[in-house]
Amino acid sequence: MKPAVLRAIGVAGLVTTALTVWLGLWVTPPDQVQGNLVRLLYLHPAIAFDALYVAGGLAALGSLLYLWRRTRSLFWDRLAAASVEVAAVLCALTLVTGSLWGRPTWGVWWTWDARLTSTALLLVLLLGYMALRRVPAAPEVRARRCAVAALIAAADVPIVHFSVDWWQTLHQSGTILNPELTAHIHGSMAWTFLLGFIAITLDTTWLIATRYRIEVLQDALGDEELEVSLAERWAEGLPEAPDPRAEPVTLAVEPPGGRP
Amino acid sequence: MWRDAVLVAGKDLRIEARSRVALWQILPFAALSLVLFAFALGPGPRVLRQAAPGLFWLAVLFSTVLATQRSFAIESGEGTRDGLRLSGIDPAGVFMGKAAAVAVQLALLQVVLYAGMILLFGVHVRVVWLAVVASLLATVGLAAAGVIYGALSAGLRVRETLLPLLVLPVVAPVLLAGSRAWAAAITGPVSAGLPWLRILGAFAVVYVVLGVVLYGPLQEAA
Repeated sequence: MKPAVLRAIGVAGLVTTALTVWLGLWVTPPDQVQGNLVRLLYLHPAIAFDALYVAGGLAALGSLLYLWRRTRSLFWDRLAAASVEVAAVLCALTLVTGSLWGRPTWGVWWTWDARLTSTALLLVLLLGYMALRRVPAAPEVRARRCAVAALIAAADVPIVHFSVDWWQTLHQSGTILNPELTAHIHGSMAWTFLLGFIAITLDTTWLIATRYRIEVLQDALGDEELEVSLAERWAEGLPEAPDPRAEPVTLAVEPPGGRP
Repeated sequence: MWRDAVLVAGKDLRIEARSRVALWQILPFAALSLVLFAFALGPGPRVLRQAAPGLFWLAVLFSTVLATQRSFAIESGEGTRDGLRLSGIDPAGVFMGKAAAVAVQLALLQVVLYAGMILLFGVHVRVVWLAVVASLLATVGLAAAGVIYGALSAGLRVRETLLPLLVLPVVAPVLLAGSRAWAAAITGPVSAGLPWLRILGAFAVVYVVLGVVLYGPLQEAA
């Protein structure tokens, strides 16, 4: 992605987020039933949506396309890694905002409800991927390992969802995307809600793209450091004029079969 | 693939029969965890009986982690993995074989654990077929998921700490569905247990298929 495009997305994300906050906190009326608590809902569903479908979806897609031989390139691996990290942040934010909303509404910070439980499990799965990613390895090895781990975890998400859904449920079902498509929301509230989705999606895109760039730069830095230390090792082997100021040095004898 | 799977499973089980690590380490660990759960919950028979299905599956889950760790520890000897890779055995066969060996061990472990539950918690399964089917499906799923992650973390220096973090959240649905199905088998009604069999079945199918497809790239990566 070109830096100018990235910057434009960042600015757009910032503006729409600020606008959502302004509309959500000052312009829109309080809800008939929920009062001011409704204001949290301009962000919470949007964050959850982006965590699962945008960042989570990109992570699964990137891993799948990396493993598929025809499309194998480090681009997909880095995209997946960047998306997983952003998904983890959004997932944690979903839990935090949901918890803040649940305390006054349900009277508890946490409940063993289906969506809460599956979101928490998803967060742990994402953390597992990040832990695996931190294990040092050659880029290709790491990429393949992480892609497999991501796909296995992704396959788990629907199973987790169904199992906890049957376990017990307290969370309301979707309001906007209900089967009859008969949502009744006040005009300014609906627009703020929609704007929240756009804002968070822009933010998510910017975060993933920026994280991707950092990933590229990190890899480049790693290569650079390798080059530099290789050059240093080569230089050690060259005969040097003895420095008169230096202390006499006794070289430690490397054991046979030591580091090459 | 099937012939290779039988070969690999036979090899793993033979090593197990001779080394007896599962018998003398994993099995006592599982039994110990039952006793520890009882300590944590107190000796009241009602509480223990109610919690029994969950405790049983929790013990099985922890043992799965140990069993898969062991399954790849026997491959960690000098050049063993390269040998297996160079032997021309189909990766899917290796996966099926290792998963089958782990599944056999887990199934035996569950029999012993169930005996322990009868002895310590006074719990009896009323609907035997429901419990057996749930156990078989869960065992296949646990072994498949465990072996994939075992292969993933084999050869890493941090495998002991990484494996539980990767495996346990993934197999959480098995804990949930297994406990519910067993609770239904113990106290009834049977109809309450049936949907959970579907979850266990779906889990088993998904992870066996994923293992067969992904084991090749995984073996290359390690």
